[in-house]
Amino acid sequence: MTPDVITVTHGVVGYDGRPVLRDVSLTVTAGEVVAVLGANGSGKSTLIRAILGLVPLSSGTVTLFGRPVRRFRQWHRVGYVPQRLGAGSGVPATVAEVVAAGRLARRGVLRPPGRADREAVAEALRAVGLTDRAKDPVSTLSGGQQQRTLIARALAGQPELLILDEPTAGVDAASQEAFAAALRDFTVGGGTVLLVAHELGPLRPVIGRAIVVHQGFVAHDGAVPEPAGHHAAPDHDHVHPHGPEEPAGLWSAS
Amino acid sequence: MERELNLFQYEYMQLALVSALIIGLTAPALGIYLVQRRLALIGDGIGHVALTGVGAGLLFQTSPVIMAVIAATVGAVVIELIRERGRTSGDLALALLFYGGIAGGVVLVGLSDSTSSNLNAYLFGALSTASRTDVATIAVLGTAVLIAMIGLRPALFAVCHDEEYARVSGLPVRALNLLLAVTTAITVTIAMRAVGVLLISALMVVPVATAQQVTRGFRSTMAAAMALGLFAGGAGIWMAAVADTAPGASVVVLAIASFVVVTLLAAGWRRLRRARPQPAPAPEPHEVVLGGS
Repeated sequence: MTPDVITVTHGVVGYDGRPVLRDVSLTVTAGEVVAVLGANGSGKSTLIRAILGLVPLSSGTVTLFGRPVRRFRQWHRVGYVPQRLGAGSGVPATVAEVVAAGRLARRGVLRPPGRADREAVAEALRAVGLTDRAKDPVSTLSGGQQQRTLIARALAGQPELLILDEPTAGVDAASQEAFAAALRDFTVGGGTVLLVAHELGPLRPVIGRAIVVHQGFVAHDGAVPEPAGHHAAPDHDHVHPHGPEEPAGLWSAS
Repeated sequence: MERELNLFQYEYMQLALVSALIIGLTAPALGIYLVQRRLALIGDGIGHVALTGVGAGLLFQTSPVIMAVIAATVGAVVIELIRERGRTSGDLALALLFYGGIAGGVVLVGLSDSTSSNLNAYLFGALSTASRTDVATIAVLGTAVLIAMIGLRPALFAVCHDEEYARVSGLPVRALNLLLAVTTAITVTIAMRAVGVLLISALMVVPVATAQQVTRGFRSTMAAAMALGLFAGGAGIWMAAVADTAPGASVVVLAIASFVVVTLLAAGWRRLRRARPQPAPAPEPHEVVLGGS
């Protein structure tokens, strides 16, 4: 039997008393590629963040590689790809510098980067097809290329588990293909993947199992559901009104 | 020229130059992390808090600098803990801390029957009164901050760039944040002698703002900002000697002057480059064409 990489048992998460995840249980075993699907606001991103220990559970348990997430310390085994790069502060950073941050989980805070680190960064950049942009400021990249940068950052740490939050949202076709290829390489090497998606697109063939989250509950756990209705049309332009953008600026109340 | 050569024969001028150079190098090395995490003005706030320490030191006849280090460190840690909670009342709490700090400082200095020139020395800097012991303190603390900022660059960069990712990487995020808070307090206090509480933030932030107009990466920005800080520190003291201006203000004026010059040059360079290879894409046609004219 393959070991469990992620387990969530009766997980409940609420923000300010408003429940977002009501009762979620799931298991991801080694080598699986699992997609968490659901509408906006269904709680799927919250689920990912609870698994990573970024939001506390009000009840239930989460384990990573068999250890409760609160006491989990082997973070080099996990590669996390957030939804997007945070709004820049104006201080430039090159693609290679951002990707190099992915090595810290493995190397620790005090040790300076060595040859193995540089090689892993180069390899991760190659895997997502950004080698020629290594020395460019991240801010000059397209949204899809920035997303690939974040994936390269996670890959650079040579993790066993990749957790991705909407990796293909708003990403151009070329980047989606590059991303699907990188994911395939990762799983061929024995990696486990949990990703949140709104729609699968070119990732469809890579995904082994789908978990559909609906209003804080798991509505489906099994084969990837076929798109129905007008969503199934190959030329369906999948555009949804997303939540209002936070105005990032001097007067935003964050 | 004559006057300046003569002046630099005096030890107090040499000491002033050495302190300004150390601070010019250290302040931007720390400031880049503060700018990166959008806390550019935190140095200013901590400077306000340090003033209460100065007042307490003058009142109780202990070293104002040591008291300032203590007050600033406590203030910086409190600010960091408030920031970590990340609630909307955060900026109000900061405001209370800042204005409480400066008001407390002024009241305590008043109680200590020090002269107002004594207060001015801390508000705007008084490099020419720095003793050998002061300069030794500046050198030791400045070097410690510099080593931490350069040695821990990958980790500090990760925390300031994407704190959540740093957490998931297993980095000691809180310890690194507190390290930044404490080193900010130390830098503010040693820079207080040179440029004064009211101008400290300029030396932390302005060289970074200047450098990032022309650099492409974090590392090169840090190096360029440190070079600019070093230049402003050295040239500011020289200008103070030649033109008999206030040293602290001269350093800051030069830092801002380099910002203006670099901004103009960078804008000109971008325009040139854009003009040369290919003409800019044609502007979109007007949706409405107004008749007449």
